[in-house]
Amino acid sequence: MDEVVLELKDLHTHFFTDSGEIPAVDGVSLKLHKGEVVGIVGESGSGKSVTSLSIMHLIPKPPGKLVSGEILFKSEDISSASEKKMRKVRGNEIAMIFQEPMTSLDPLFTIGNQIIEGIRLHEKVSKKEAKARAIKMLELVGIPRADEVVDEFPHQLSGGMRQRVMIAMAMALNPEVLIADEPTTALDVTIQAQILDLMRSLNKEKETSILLITHDLGVVSEMCDRVVVMYSGQVVEEGTVREIIKDPQHPYTKGLIRSLPNLHKKEQSLYSIPGTVMRPKKDFVGCRFASRCEFAFDRCFQESPELYSLDNDRQSRCFLHDEGKGVEEFADTNIRS
Amino acid sequence: MPTPILEVNGLKKYFDVRGGVFGRKVGEVKAVDDVSFTVNEGEILGIVGESGCGKSTTGKSILRLIDPTDGEIKFEDQNIADLSAEEMRKLRKDMQIIFQDPYASLNPRHTVEKIISEPLLVHSELNHEERKERIKELLEVVGLRAEHASRYPHQFSGGQRQRIGIARALANNPKLIICDEPVSALDVSVQSQILNLMEKLRNDFNLTYIFIAHDLSVVKHISDRVGVMYLGGMVELTNKDELYDNPMHPYTQALLSAVPVADPDNRPDRVILEGDVPSPSSPPSGCPFHTRCPMAMDICKEIKPEFREVRDQHFVACHLYD
Repeated sequence: MDEVVLELKDLHTHFFTDSGEIPAVDGVSLKLHKGEVVGIVGESGSGKSVTSLSIMHLIPKPPGKLVSGEILFKSEDISSASEKKMRKVRGNEIAMIFQEPMTSLDPLFTIGNQIIEGIRLHEKVSKKEAKARAIKMLELVGIPRADEVVDEFPHQLSGGMRQRVMIAMAMALNPEVLIADEPTTALDVTIQAQILDLMRSLNKEKETSILLITHDLGVVSEMCDRVVVMYSGQVVEEGTVREIIKDPQHPYTKGLIRSLPNLHKKEQSLYSIPGTVMRPKKDFVGCRFASRCEFAFDRCFQESPELYSLDNDRQSRCFLHDEGKGVEEFADTNIRS
Repeated sequence: MPTPILEVNGLKKYFDVRGGVFGRKVGEVKAVDDVSFTVNEGEILGIVGESGCGKSTTGKSILRLIDPTDGEIKFEDQNIADLSAEEMRKLRKDMQIIFQDPYASLNPRHTVEKIISEPLLVHSELNHEERKERIKELLEVVGLRAEHASRYPHQFSGGQRQRIGIARALANNPKLIICDEPVSALDVSVQSQILNLMEKLRNDFNLTYIFIAHDLSVVKHISDRVGVMYLGGMVELTNKDELYDNPMHPYTQALLSAVPVADPDNRPDRVILEGDVPSPSSPPSGCPFHTRCPMAMDICKEIKPEFREVRDQHFVACHLYD
């Protein structure tokens, strides 16, 4: 296996609010290898965005705080790095693109200005050189008339173009890791296809590792090598894309995949998971999915399950694996009845 | 032969663009430009398209929440476009709408009871007790509990709020409900709950839906027939299996192939469209799609293709089938 570029070890990010402490990220561990695309999937409130913001030290504090855990970037722990150190890492080594390209670009500066700012912050180059590089980056991400667009303002561009600019900006310094937080959620499907295509080719050509945060299992299935499924602040399942989609082990992943309407299948009624995502609670005992789980039994409400290691580096947080039954047998008897 | 409950003929909605010191009209945006279709009783007609294609404007024009510029909207043989505001208000008892954003479409200062009782106060002659009873009944129908009536919208999750919106739409037993992106703000697991609820209600109360969405898989799941819109016009309309198995318009083909599929073994051959949707204030000449169409011919730049029945019940607006 290739070298690990980014690793999270038992990361805890909590928010301290008036109504108590909320463990939004509650013990997340994951690894990202060189040139790999790893997806973090989950519904709103699962902690996937907070995880990515924690890596970049972008959690507003207060109320947020990285309580414990390690963030290893090329084996160096950056979890308690100084702001000065983080400035060197951000953009240069780990870059990030956000969901809403309009709010993440400054409306008062030209596109060129914003890309040049990042380049000149990290490297000693003249304004002219930096601008030439900005134009080259814009061309690389497929923006027509790049030499004119570089002097235009964000409002003059469409949503898809803005997201391309964000990617150009993120890739300008050749980062090792690109964190993409719902990069295509605000875009139309035909534009989404263009952006995903672009990210895939950047990943292939430059060997950039991508951490892709999304709620769309379709996007995950097209883009990722491995997938981490999050629920209520914890990782509930991990495996390769094929394993997760074709043979999910955790009841939540199973339910999530079955509740998707499929374009290529005909079905009568959609499966749905009852209830809604539980908000992470401090000192919660029991499985967080138990109240919505059709397989739940007494133990699920009394103890908190660990992540069980399964074959082929897979992991799943469910007591069924401990009982030696596997979800499959349960599924065969319960779901289809 | 199914009976049409709604007929839309040549619907147009142009928005004026004003500019300059005196706010003179400097142009217009053709949000909906000559759209025609029928909706049969008891069916679910899906309308898909990307942002800016005019699908929501079409939905709102049918209810006259915005007044159409031109065209005929026949609801049960009555031309809605000619009705006075007062007549229209009475008719809205039979036509309701569910909005996309359950956070924005419920008044945060009203209790659920007040929210749902509003349409009953306007349209029905129920007294206070009967209204209470009806609200209780409605909440149960949409999968909430009677005691939820005294709570405020912020106390509910997104899915539950959308259920309140549905209860409000159902209050006066409408015949037609326009659903404008009802599930796009919801999480996947909640989305399927709401879709199942809407299907159940359709069957129980013999409702007719116009289901507007941008998510092709959702539209396919719930609809009987599907229309595809692009830049203010309908480009293809047929029953759902025909549309998804045998799309004829190049735009529909590209749109379908662009949807990411949650199946790593079955990645479709992708038609990736170049460029963006042109601005509806200066649409291209001829066929509005010719600027991005992989199969564009010379004629497409000059003459706008007619929306016509190419096969049985399969309507397409494309020169390829002339």
